[in-house]
Amino acid sequence: MSAALLVRVLRDPAVAAGLDAAGWNGLLAAARAERLIGTLAYRLDDAPAQARPILDDARRDTAREAQQALWEADRAALALAPLGVPVVLLKGTAYAAAGLKAGQGRFIGDLDILVPREAMPAVEQALIAADWEWVKEDAYDDAYYRQWMHELPPMIHVERDRLIDVHHTILPLTARQTPDAAALIAAAIPISDGLYILSGEDRIVHAAAHMLADGDLQGGLRNLWDIYCLLPDADPVALQARAAHHGLGAHVAQARRLAAALYGDGARLTVWDRIVRARLLARDGWGRETRKLLVFAFYLRSHWLRMPPLMLARHLWTKWRKGHRPQ
Amino acid sequence: MRHATTLRIGPATFRIGSAWPQPIADLSRLYAAYPAMTGAIADFTVRLQPTSLMRRFVRPSIFITGDHGLADAAPMSLSHGLLAAEMGMNLQMALGWRRHLLLHASSVEKDGRALVMTGESGSGKSTLAALLSERGWRLMGDEFALLDLETGAILPFPRLVSLKNRAIDVVAGQVGDARMGPLLRATAKGDIRHMVPRADAVARMDQGAMPALLLFPRFGHDDDVRLVGQGEIFMRLTQASTNYVALGEPAFAGLTRFVTGVPARAIDFPSGEAAIAMVERLWEELA
Repeated sequence: MSAALLVRVLRDPAVAAGLDAAGWNGLLAAARAERLIGTLAYRLDDAPAQARPILDDARRDTAREAQQALWEADRAALALAPLGVPVVLLKGTAYAAAGLKAGQGRFIGDLDILVPREAMPAVEQALIAADWEWVKEDAYDDAYYRQWMHELPPMIHVERDRLIDVHHTILPLTARQTPDAAALIAAAIPISDGLYILSGEDRIVHAAAHMLADGDLQGGLRNLWDIYCLLPDADPVALQARAAHHGLGAHVAQARRLAAALYGDGARLTVWDRIVRARLLARDGWGRETRKLLVFAFYLRSHWLRMPPLMLARHLWTKWRKGHRPQ
Repeated sequence: MRHATTLRIGPATFRIGSAWPQPIADLSRLYAAYPAMTGAIADFTVRLQPTSLMRRFVRPSIFITGDHGLADAAPMSLSHGLLAAEMGMNLQMALGWRRHLLLHASSVEKDGRALVMTGESGSGKSTLAALLSERGWRLMGDEFALLDLETGAILPFPRLVSLKNRAIDVVAGQVGDARMGPLLRATAKGDIRHMVPRADAVARMDQGAMPALLLFPRFGHDDDVRLVGQGEIFMRLTQASTNYVALGEPAFAGLTRFVTGVPARAIDFPSGEAAIAMVERLWEELA
């Protein structure tokens, strides 16, 4: 199980010194598959001669990604400046913009921003005027996003080919929990003209909600690494109070246990924690997903979390008729 | 994975795993003269895996992936397993290589200087490189030329040469069956057969050469030689590179140096023989 090896090396880089070539191959394949190769590269001070250029490449790639992500944030800020609404950077771009440890070596895909819900129509218009356009031209998906999701359908910039996700809260409206979006924005910290990042506590609440209350734990080791790196910036008592305010106390508590168990000094895990851990570590030394049944169960759960049963049935039926099949 | 091998081609090492024995056996036979890499740390992992559980056994179908992959990659028949392995290695290079500017081009070397030939699939660049490598030139590669951004040299990537359709008989007749792979019929690009490079190409695969001539070959037209403007050359080479954007400013500087320093021509030719005569003449005049 090379995801387990990856986690051991991230926890204690000295472990890498004892690896043979087969160990290194498994470590690198798992790190790439989990999109943690850049993080691994920053974590390791030394490596065998054959592995060093691979890690150098990863560092260079993630440095370029951070540069691109910050430029994209700058462009969005420029397009939205006339509206005078706060634009809160989320996830990777926020970590890079604030120079946080979680951003070091992190892959950054799309630009994720949070804006007040009442500003969404104006934001949408301003982005379209600045050459962003819809990715999916599907009436059902579009209507679904607008009615039930916490974000607009993804948009892509015509020239720069980069995606932007515009959020008005951090969980789908159909999820069991309803975080206080207005409080997220009210507590956000300004970092440059018109751009904000979430407060130290809210950053962790968002990361934990994204990882454990939404989605199927695809990329979960990376999300958990983010949380592990964000935790020292938050006061534990304030964090638990804030998480409870957003209705996500249990999720944040679980994220803290898992972060400590996998990347830190250890923690007492519940049975459910152990099941999540088994899903997180489902990756072999060729970078392949293992534990197919468990992975599929989490895929089903992700839908269950998102919608009440009747709505889920209708959604799956519509998607099936459109030819969509689970991977 | 159940079947695996590790290969080094030029500066890149690949760990290739397969759910079936045939692709690995083909690779082992055709790459027998390449350096033994057992126990090496590989730059890339390539996986040839079944498209689904059933497709491991019934009408076996290969999904090509690895460290870098494309979700919508077309599945391939197991009878084309060797091609799948080669495509898997190309995919890693195209998407993941960062140590040199990667140009979709063939290259050959003579007297320590390199001739680079770039063009679309079907332009004849692979065939031309294969034919030249049987006539006193050293094959550096038929698919990717690696431009070293610090020194300006072209580095070899001499994997098996991939010959298509009519080129197969032309080249096989000259090199003999011992250096040819199995005939792969009716692939997505037609019939394909791989050629093993000559021993010198493998023995000297760590030796680069300064580029002395750039050609844009085009097969299937009457003889013609045309000048190409530097602006057009630059744009065509950025399009022929998969990592130009990823490498940022050093790639711009390195490519500018290449374009301003290396003479270039577009050449049309009706046959391999005509092309060779034309290349030798231009090399005498320009390189």
